[in-house]
Amino acid sequence: MPETLNKASAGAAETPAVTPVPVAAEKPRSLWSDAWRDLRRNPVFVISAVLIVFLLVVAAFPGLFTSVDPDHADLGKHYLGVPSYSHFFQEDWFGYDVQGRSIFARVLFGARASIIVGVCVTLFVTLLGGLVGMLAGYFGGWFDSLLSRITDVFFGIPLLLGAIVVLNAFTHRTIWTVVLALGILGWTQLARVMRGSVLTVKQADYVQAAKALGAGTGRIMFRHILPNAIAPVIVVATIALGGYIAAEATLSFLGIGLPPSTVSWGNDISSGQTVIRTAPHVLFFPSAMLSLTVLAFIMLGDAVRDALDPKLR
Amino acid sequence: MTIIEESATVPAPRAGDDKGGPLLEVRDLHVEFHTRDGVAKAVNGVNYSVDAGETLAVLGESGSGKSVTAQAIMGILDMPPGKIPQGEILFRGQDMLKMSAEERRAIRGRKIAMIFQDALSALNPVLSVGYQLGEMFRVHQGLSKKDAKVKAIELMDRVKIPAAAARVSDYPHQFSGGMRQRIMIAMALALEPDLIIADEPTTALDVTVQAQVMDLLAELQREFNMGLILITHDLGVVADVADKIAVMYAGRIVEQAPVHEIYKRPAHPYTKGLLESIPRLDHKGQELFAIKGLPPNLMKIPGGCAFNPRCTMAQDVCRTDIPVLHQVTEQDGTDLVGRGSACHFWKETIHG
Amino acid sequence: MGRYVARRLLQMIPVFIGTTLLIFLMVYSLPGDPVRALWGDRPADPQAMARLRHEYWFDRPVLAQYWHYLSNVVTGDFGTSFVTGRKVIDVMAETFPVTVRLALVAFAVEVVVGLSLGLLAGLNRGKTWDKLVLVITLLLISIPIFVLGFIFQTIFADQLGWVTPTVQNSDDISQLILPGVVLGSLSFAYIARLSRTSLAENLRADYIRTAIAKGLPRRRVVGVHLMRNSLIPVVTFLGTDLGALMGGAIVTEGIFNVHGIGNTLYRSINQSDNATVVGIVTILVIVYLLSSLLVDLLYAALDPRIRYA
Repeated sequence: MPETLNKASAGAAETPAVTPVPVAAEKPRSLWSDAWRDLRRNPVFVISAVLIVFLLVVAAFPGLFTSVDPDHADLGKHYLGVPSYSHFFQEDWFGYDVQGRSIFARVLFGARASIIVGVCVTLFVTLLGGLVGMLAGYFGGWFDSLLSRITDVFFGIPLLLGAIVVLNAFTHRTIWTVVLALGILGWTQLARVMRGSVLTVKQADYVQAAKALGAGTGRIMFRHILPNAIAPVIVVATIALGGYIAAEATLSFLGIGLPPSTVSWGNDISSGQTVIRTAPHVLFFPSAMLSLTVLAFIMLGDAVRDALDPKLR
Repeated sequence: MTIIEESATVPAPRAGDDKGGPLLEVRDLHVEFHTRDGVAKAVNGVNYSVDAGETLAVLGESGSGKSVTAQAIMGILDMPPGKIPQGEILFRGQDMLKMSAEERRAIRGRKIAMIFQDALSALNPVLSVGYQLGEMFRVHQGLSKKDAKVKAIELMDRVKIPAAAARVSDYPHQFSGGMRQRIMIAMALALEPDLIIADEPTTALDVTVQAQVMDLLAELQREFNMGLILITHDLGVVADVADKIAVMYAGRIVEQAPVHEIYKRPAHPYTKGLLESIPRLDHKGQELFAIKGLPPNLMKIPGGCAFNPRCTMAQDVCRTDIPVLHQVTEQDGTDLVGRGSACHFWKETIHG
Repeated sequence: MGRYVARRLLQMIPVFIGTTLLIFLMVYSLPGDPVRALWGDRPADPQAMARLRHEYWFDRPVLAQYWHYLSNVVTGDFGTSFVTGRKVIDVMAETFPVTVRLALVAFAVEVVVGLSLGLLAGLNRGKTWDKLVLVITLLLISIPIFVLGFIFQTIFADQLGWVTPTVQNSDDISQLILPGVVLGSLSFAYIARLSRTSLAENLRADYIRTAIAKGLPRRRVVGVHLMRNSLIPVVTFLGTDLGALMGGAIVTEGIFNVHGIGNTLYRSINQSDNATVVGIVTILVIVYLLSSLLVDLLYAALDPRIRYA
């Protein structure tokens, strides 16, 4: 083994030259358990995880935090009124929007649409992109060329642009049409990441060993390659989740995403922009919630990447 | 760390004293790395010296501190996390650790040069070898791009790279391992430095190429009368080229001696173990000797002699007292010039 | 090198055909009958409708329409808008330069600000500057572009009064600076982070240690040895980012009322102006393909290992 002491100890914990001796009794560290140990100590991870759990609870049970109906409009409650910042968790905490609806309630109930779109699109693109990337990377040759060119075709259309065109084809837009529009254009990124990752892992000795021992294609793919190739995919998918939430809001903002009747941050920002100069808080609260949500997922992805990639520690 | 003063007083062999001190002298050098998991003490009081035209081989396993010492001499330690809490590195009598960054830079490459182990990663992949060689002349001597290229070709000729003029614009990945290492050597030689530090220069090479590269290095060293510090874990490489040898363990020098004596009569159980673990044809069929245990954890170096948990001769004293580098003598008490052993039982080891 | 370029050009052709076909199919499956829509609420003349349908190839199968379209595009004819009656190429000639200017401003912001921040952070990894850059870029990435547009509008136009809230003259490049910054902000945050990571990673490479051991001044170590290696992933990102900039232009141009391609595209989609939509998207795809080709060539220029592979 080359003498890597200097670099290794600069890189801290993983240094083979420095650490291993008397720790035989310690439980063996795998990439994942090591990452988990790291994550728990990382404040960025803790903050983002807490935020995300909170957002998931809000999305699932907005009624836990308010009993106000987000669609209840009372034109007597004027949007020009300043929010009552001291009225914690009350109807008028964040003030009222143009139609006299409680912004606090709408911000809470709006979480559901964003979270559903974000999670579903991410699941969709991870499964589709992961599958395409895995097949292309594993089989290689003309099959890889074909899949890669198909990926290029979809990659050539900017996400937002393509989503607008797709969504225009639907007269009845729901959350699921938005998921579909973002999904069929978004999978290419993950397919590329997965393909690259599989290509690397495929060369590994343990995969060659499994082949030499006569393991079947399916077994090699899912037992040997997948667990080792999935890490970068998870990182990219987590960060992309935040991006999809932002994309949904952008589409709704353009009036082409979720139907106006759906309570969503994008729709509320869209309606808030008309009064931005007179009542900026109408725009502010849904924007802040949206940004916070996107931020949480990006931070989570960042933290997971740092934990999984010892090179960068 | 109470032992430092004692070990510092042990005289290092000084061949070139009459000419105003050795070319390079390392005195009581300490290096530690401050990491998240604690402080790793990589070098714990190293003393050695090299004269012009002399070859010192520094021997040790991974983590013994041999490379870290070299990097400290070159001034290329990553600081932080690395730290040099004490010690001196005298180059022609001047302490380099007290110099300004600019003064040290002027020495690097021009007076002291280094050859790295893995030439593929040590050469910049996106620059042609001609550029990387010529850079030495452009930066240190202010040569023009064109003149530097001519010099680069000369250098490549000198290290016996065939068709140098044609290959000067090629990139590192286009050369074979042996050729790349020759380029590495050429780069170190470019400005005819006084001292070259070669960090395992042949480890990454095929055995057949190893000998060629070592011969080339030794030949050029003689030609320029350079000092050479050869860092290696391979006892075989050392025997042919080195004048003297320093064996390191856990950041300390445990034994030093002129090269041939150490093979005949090691004075430290660790050196003895290393020599016995070389496979030999005349011992065919016998079980191969191996030093038991693992190198020490530098965050938790064992008390007393760091080698004691692995040593077959260890007594109670070895677990409590750090041995100083004793002057090694013949049985009758006459000094063996240039020999030292940091073992409480060096007498038993060498004469027993 | 020549073979490399030729191979890349050949690979572009199926992707170009595939992408334009995909767009064509998506656009022409849009609901509504554009011919019937011309008459509005009035009763339509079946003969005139049939004549128009034939004239605009609507009575042929979609694939035939596509082939007809593609062969015209090759000769530079993007067709005539059925809704406005204008030649699509004229509409694009009018709006495209505006968006190109906008994208160039955004691109310049990305490269200059993004790389400087990345350099600042990457060379001072773990220090205050690094953390500051990380926080700023994280915020920029999290704030959706339209929200950022409003924030900038409020600060720079309404509060400070430096600029007008919307662009009055789309040909005046100084008025495009604010929308350009907004458009480029997301990407420059990515570039800052990408170059930071790349620099920090390469800073630990063996060849950097060699460069220091050669006694090179720090300027040279960073400028020559570190930068070139670290720029490779950044260049890749910049290339694919052009497409994203064009997509982002739809929103930015809407907020700042820039009469560019994004605005036109958005209006055309809402008006079911298929010819214009397909024309613009075709141009965008060509821009995307050319920029990714350029990236690959740059990539090869930066990294000899690719060139000789």
